[in-house]
Amino acid sequence: MIEIKDLHKKFGKNEVLKGIDLSIGEGGIFSILGPNGSGKTTLIKSILGMVIPDSGEILINGKSLKNDFKYRDKIDYLPQIANFPGNLKVNELIAMIKDLRAGKATNDEELIDLFKLQPFLNKRLVNLSGGTKQKVNLVLTFMFDSPLVILDEPTSGLDPISHLRLKNLIFAEKAKGKTILVTSHILSFVEEISDEIVFILEGKIYFKGTIPELKSKTEQLDFEHAIASILSASYA
Amino acid sequence: MLKILKYSFYDLMRSRWSYVYFLFYLLLGVVLLFLNNDLSKAVITLMNVIIILVPLIGTIFGVMYYYNSREFTELLLAQPVKRSSIFLGQYFGVATSLAMSLIIGLGLPFVFYGIFNSSAIWDFTLLLITGGFLTFIFTALAFVIALSNENRIKGFGYAILLWLFMAVIYDGIFLMSLLYFEDYPLDKFSLVATMLNPVDLSRVLILLKLDISALLGYTGAVFQKFFGTSFGLILSFVMLVVWVVVPTFFIWRIAKRKDF
Repeated sequence: MIEIKDLHKKFGKNEVLKGIDLSIGEGGIFSILGPNGSGKTTLIKSILGMVIPDSGEILINGKSLKNDFKYRDKIDYLPQIANFPGNLKVNELIAMIKDLRAGKATNDEELIDLFKLQPFLNKRLVNLSGGTKQKVNLVLTFMFDSPLVILDEPTSGLDPISHLRLKNLIFAEKAKGKTILVTSHILSFVEEISDEIVFILEGKIYFKGTIPELKSKTEQLDFEHAIASILSASYA
Repeated sequence: MLKILKYSFYDLMRSRWSYVYFLFYLLLGVVLLFLNNDLSKAVITLMNVIIILVPLIGTIFGVMYYYNSREFTELLLAQPVKRSSIFLGQYFGVATSLAMSLIIGLGLPFVFYGIFNSSAIWDFTLLLITGGFLTFIFTALAFVIALSNENRIKGFGYAILLWLFMAVIYDGIFLMSLLYFEDYPLDKFSLVATMLNPVDLSRVLILLKLDISALLGYTGAVFQKFFGTSFGLILSFVMLVVWVVVPTFFIWRIAKRKDF
């Protein structure tokens, strides 16, 4: 589904991606892990066309992303920080995003129901708490039925019950045969949902495979220690 | 692009600042009319205010809007929308709403005062048109500055400097050079120098229309001879359009390559 070839990106003197080669198949949940500043978000943003790579190529379903914008119609993206134009009301924002992707089927009402957002629909976005904004963000992401879903820190600010609902939602989407990319620092969440792990270290893919493979590679019994051992090895 | 424009405009129409700006012009219009009791004089005073204030507000508002809507922009960037339409849509949204505040805010008191029955209607229309142009020009310049500067403080700083240069410093340099080179024929030079600054260009356009060019002495005569003709008028408007188009082109170009 996604094919990344020798991707490089520099921000000024800071070389963030140093030759990423990655191939992500169709269907399943892929977690992108790595320490702060390892290039997770840059990689995701390159896929979305928000960051323009210095060299290398990204193909989605065999088509290069260069100078294309329509492919984003097939991607649902949850950004890391949920901030919206403050003067809009929640239902206006939802209507607006629908309008921008006109002609696609949506299940926003179901999602509003799921995250109990009805009381907030007529409120302005400035007046919402961080967690509620994140829920609105989730509705905006999941209301379209796109084959590729990209979630950047989806759990931030969510209360335990919403967290649980989000997990169920992700599993339901996976059951539809979608490809889901997730970044998160909450390892228990990652361990629970992921089919495969992509570990990025200093701008390169350090590991790609399943969690049992990671455990055997690092000779650790649990996931947290496996990650920690990679990190401490890299810091040493 | 039209969709983005619609939503940016909609967002701004609800913002407090649009109303403050609108009310300010409304108040200015009312106060000037009732203190002056003379339409032509009110138009002259308004011109002095507009020439300085409209670029300032356009610059500040443009920079502020861009930085404040950054996250919104990121949201839009992940949608199947063309990059250039996002930024051009936002730019036209901001500039249109500012121009509307200006035109309605000033227009209302003058309409009630009876501008339609007065000979000053053309002067007033010209005033509003140049005010509109200045809004579009300076908002575009502000967007260019904001797009090229990640750092807000720097962006604001450059924007204010730009305004200061166009509104104040440019005239100073212009005047100094006129004094310094007074032994040479300066007709062409001063015409070109006026054309190159939208603020000066607007001022001269309005002043000449108001038939007070006699006050400007010899320069006034030269200017009248040039700007007074339809060729001069058309050329001035072409220059104002160029001043809108060039920065808009830069918005398009910078936006195409920028990382978010």
